[in-house]
Parts: sequence; C-alpha cells; structure tokens
Amino acid sequence: MPKLEVSLLTGRTVDQGVGKEHGKLSEEYQESVAICHVDPQDMKLLEIRENDNVKIITNFGSVVVRLVKSPAAPHPKVIFIPYGPWASLVMNPETHGTGMPSLKGIPAEIEPALEERVLSIPDLLREHYKRK
Amino acid sequence: MPVISHVTCPVCGSFCDDIEVTVQDNVIMGVRNACAVGAAKFLDYANHRIANPLVRKNGELAEASLGEAIKKSAEILIDANYPILYGWSSTSCEAIRIGLELAEEVGGVIDNTSTICHGPSILSIQDVGIASCTLGQLRHRADLIFYWGCDPWSAHPRHVERYTTFSNGRFQRSTWRAHVSRLGGILSKKRLRRAINLVLGRDIFATPEISRELPYTMFQKKRKMIVVDVRKTHSAEAADYFLQVEPNKDYELLQAFRMLIANEELDVDHVAGVPVETLDEIADVMIGCKLGVIFFGLGLTMTEGKLRNIDAAISLVRDLNQRTKFLIMPMRGHFNVAGANVVFTWQTGFPFAIDFSQGYPQYNPGETSVIDILCREEADAGLVIASDPVAHFPKEAAQNLVKNPLIVIDPQTTPTSLMADVVFPSTFVGIETEGTAYRMDHVPLPLKKIVEPPTNCLSDVEILQRILHEVRRLRSKRK
Repeated sequence: MPKLEVSLLTGRTVDQGVGKEHGKLSEEYQESVAICHVDPQDMKLLEIRENDNVKIITNFGSVVVRLVKSPAAPHPKVIFIPYGPWASLVMNPETHGTGMPSLKGIPAEIEPALEERVLSIPDLLREHYKRK
Repeated sequence: MPVISHVTCPVCGSFCDDIEVTVQDNVIMGVRNACAVGAAKFLDYANHRIANPLVRKNGELAEASLGEAIKKSAEILIDANYPILYGWSSTSCEAIRIGLELAEEVGGVIDNTSTICHGPSILSIQDVGIASCTLGQLRHRADLIFYWGCDPWSAHPRHVERYTTFSNGRFQRSTWRAHVSRLGGILSKKRLRRAINLVLGRDIFATPEISRELPYTMFQKKRKMIVVDVRKTHSAEAADYFLQVEPNKDYELLQAFRMLIANEELDVDHVAGVPVETLDEIADVMIGCKLGVIFFGLGLTMTEGKLRNIDAAISLVRDLNQRTKFLIMPMRGHFNVAGANVVFTWQTGFPFAIDFSQGYPQYNPGETSVIDILCREEADAGLVIASDPVAHFPKEAAQNLVKNPLIVIDPQTTPTSLMADVVFPSTFVGIETEGTAYRMDHVPLPLKKIVEPPTNCLSDVEILQRILHEVRRLRSKRK
C-alpha cells in the first residue's frame, strides 16, 4: 500500500468555525473537521481520490479522516487537518518548557484507509477517552 | 421587526462591533454585517443546548437540581489537592475575575486558552517587549501589511475588511477594487481549467507553480498586503504577494530579513526555500513603506522555535524602526482571550498559567501551564468553562483531564461536557448576558444582551459566584 512521509499542520477554516457554531455534535461539524487537505500531486502518489478515507499516523497516535483535495496547493508533502477532536489524536503534547504543545509541522505518515471508517464524536470519545 | 445595532460579535479576536441583529419574540431572525462564523453563532446558538444541570450518577449523566450540581462541584474542588480551572477566553471579564477568586480559594491552577495559542507570544513580549498600537491606527495609516503564519480569511474573516487592506482609512484607501478584478481573472482561469478537464474526463493541468517574482503592485505607492505561510491559503490569494516558506523555517526567514535590513550579505542562495534575491526585494519594500505592520498567528507560535520565532519577529520590527515605522500584533483567536490575559494580570500580576497551590500566585509556563500539568498527571480535578479541551488538547493531556472529576460550565453540549461529572448550562455571553471583553488590540468593548436566556440557564458569573459561596460555606463547616 502506498505511504507518504509528510509534515502535518493543523489550523482553522471558515467551515470549521461555522460547523462548531452549528454544534459540536452536528453533522456539519464532523463534515468540516474530520478531513485532511492533501496536495493533488501527493494524491496521485497515494493512488487515492477525493473523499476516500486516509489514515494519518504520528508518534503520538493515528486517526482516520476523509481526504479533501487541497484548495491551498501546491504544498507537496504538507497535509492539513482543521482543529478538532480528530486532529487532537495525532498531536504532539511536548511543550518544550513553554506550555504550548506542538500543533503544526509534526512529522507524520499518510496512507489510504479505504476499509476503515471515520469515527463519530461519541465513538471517538468511547474509544480514546474511556473514564475509569 | 426591531433591529438592535452596534452589537459586538462574541466569536473571534477581531470582535466586530457593527453587527445588526433582528429580534422578534425573543428569537434572532436575522443578522447583518457578520461574517459566516458570526452569523452562524447568532442564528444557531440555540442548537445542542443543555437544558438543565447534569450530574454523573452510576456512570451516566443525569438531570439534577442546581443546588445539587453546585454542592457536588464545591465538594470536587475542596477534595482536590491540585485542581485545574481552565478556559475563560469565551466568557466575560466579570466571570474571569470570579474565576480567579475561586482558584485562589481552592488553591488550584488557573489557565486560559492562550496557553495553547499565543502563550509563546506573551513569553516573548515579556522578554523583548513589543511595538504595537490599536487597530484604528492601522486602518487609517498602515500601507504595508504582513500576515505571517495566519489566515485571517478563515480565522478572522472580517479583519482585512475592517482594519487593514480592504478598509478605507483616513490616509490609506482600500484596495478592494483591485482585488476584485484580480480575483475575476483567477476565477476565469479556474473555470476554464475545470471545463477542459470535464470535456477530456481527466485532469491534464499540473498545479501551477507559485511565482517568486514580485508583482508591479508591490512597487506602487498604495496599500500592500503580503502573506507569509506554508500553504497558499485564501488570505494568500487576496494578497499582493504570497511568500511561501518551508514548514518550521520561519525563524531562519525572519533572521535573514534582519540581516538584509541591516545591509549585511547572506552567503547562501536560498533561505527557508526562498531565493535571497526575492528576500532582498521584499526587504526594500519593508524599508520603503510609511507604516508597516506584522500580524502574526499560530504559524509562528506553534512551530519549531515557538517563542524564539516571536523574539525574531519583534526584533525584526525593532530593526525596521531604525529605518521607517513598523508595528507588530498577535492575531488573538477567541473574542476575549486578550481580556483573559488582562484580567489575570491585574488580579495576580501574570497573564496565564497561574498556580495558587502555595497560597500565592506562581507563574512558570512549562511547569504551571495546563498541558504540562496534565501530561505529568499531577492534577486531580478540573473545572472547564467556555472551552472544549477534549476536542483541542493533545490526546494524552485530554485523557488525563477526563480521568479525574470534571466540572464543565458551557451553554452547549461539547466533547468535554459529555465526559464531565457535573455540567452547568450557562447563558451565551454577548447574546443572552452582557459583559465586557477585550479586542485583540486590548481595547475593551461591551457585550450586549439581545435576547432572554432559557429559564434554567444562569450566567457564568452567577454559576461561579454560587460555587465560590458553596466552597466557602463547606470549608467553614469542615473546620
């Protein structure tokens, strides 16, 4: 299966902002946040099309999200996930003594995950944040 | 229908104060002047609302009386040795003031969301100072505007229109018309490509390379906008020039500009992926402006170097002030994150990450900041207000937050409220409750009450006051 080493960025988008105002449990929020913007050239290397699911893997975890062709291309080997519960699963908590975790420029791998599904927020909480 | 004017928008740090809201029978029917995010906030705020206080019983959140929820919260905070009180950036300064009193009373750590946005900027400003101003000055006078590591089009959608390039100032005119004609050309090209691809059934065009050459508009005597980012964002498309930098290389780029401003030679061909000749031309544009400004975002604070990136940016501005006038300002995210820093500072002397466990305020980001405390598994309870750390903290920190007793004060259901032990439904400040908040340039503005809140929802101020009162009552009873 093709796999690509990339630099992972997170950030805000207008759709993420609007989605969170609709409600964090709304479909609009998941549609606008559980996504990953990928450069069209990288999509060719991964042999994958828009709206297919991809898995992002970092040293801190992995997450399955929906692929979106990047509107901000060209940025080869750089992928972008909007802030939200999905991006948080692969973030680097190291603050280097500043209090600020590293939420941009994280080394990551991206691979097609056509058989896997994107978790909804209740499923994601159940799977990753179990209470005692 | 009655229209309420001059409403402040409780969404982002731009804190627009020209919103017009139409209200009929206590329902918001329409919004004017707001961006897409602001309009969604005013029109959809009632979605996913929590109706009554909730308390976790037998592993499930169940409706409870307000008194029961207040008592349970006070017990959680009193029984904890090292509770965390986190959030504060999307509530009023009045609520923040009571939050600080509560943190001191329970000997906890109080931190606001700047710890995961512009915390490094604050550390840097404490180290090297800052040359800044109000947004009004920039609207009227700035002729060179940098957006560095930020995308105002997405995160502060009306910032460019209200305060910089597309605003009509007293001494600087808007460049909106030029942008519209340029955008027309870009859209026509995109449509043509799409049509050709559709006819042929495949994408025959490679993604166009980003030009390094400075356009002629950069040398004209009019307002100019430069975006520095790793991706060509919507803001970059609206800019006169887009400077694409390699990820995690902003520090090198800023220091290269400092050398060029100081007339020193760079003995490399490229810095951060940008040819030195291009940097030289941009440095000339910087020196040639009348009043320049750098707005910077999390592209500087969150990437490699963190506060040292901001040191370099502020130092660049200091160097530029030897040659012309230049200012710098962080693009603050939430509508009252600047207010949280201000109130924290006038109450304790420190802007965020304050530890009251010794009975007096201690400040040492990296040690007393919430992410570090959670990752070291030191906290044993949490109170979260007007924030959603389970959605936005790195997984390890969020896991350690929710494994302890957790109190959440929020108007809506969020991933954090779903994991809480006690949930208080609060009113929306700026819609159902009035208050005060600080814009990103530290100008305080009033938040208006435009509709009545639901019966069982109290304001953040009232909920915090009741918890504080109950903590004091239980403490005196236990002594």
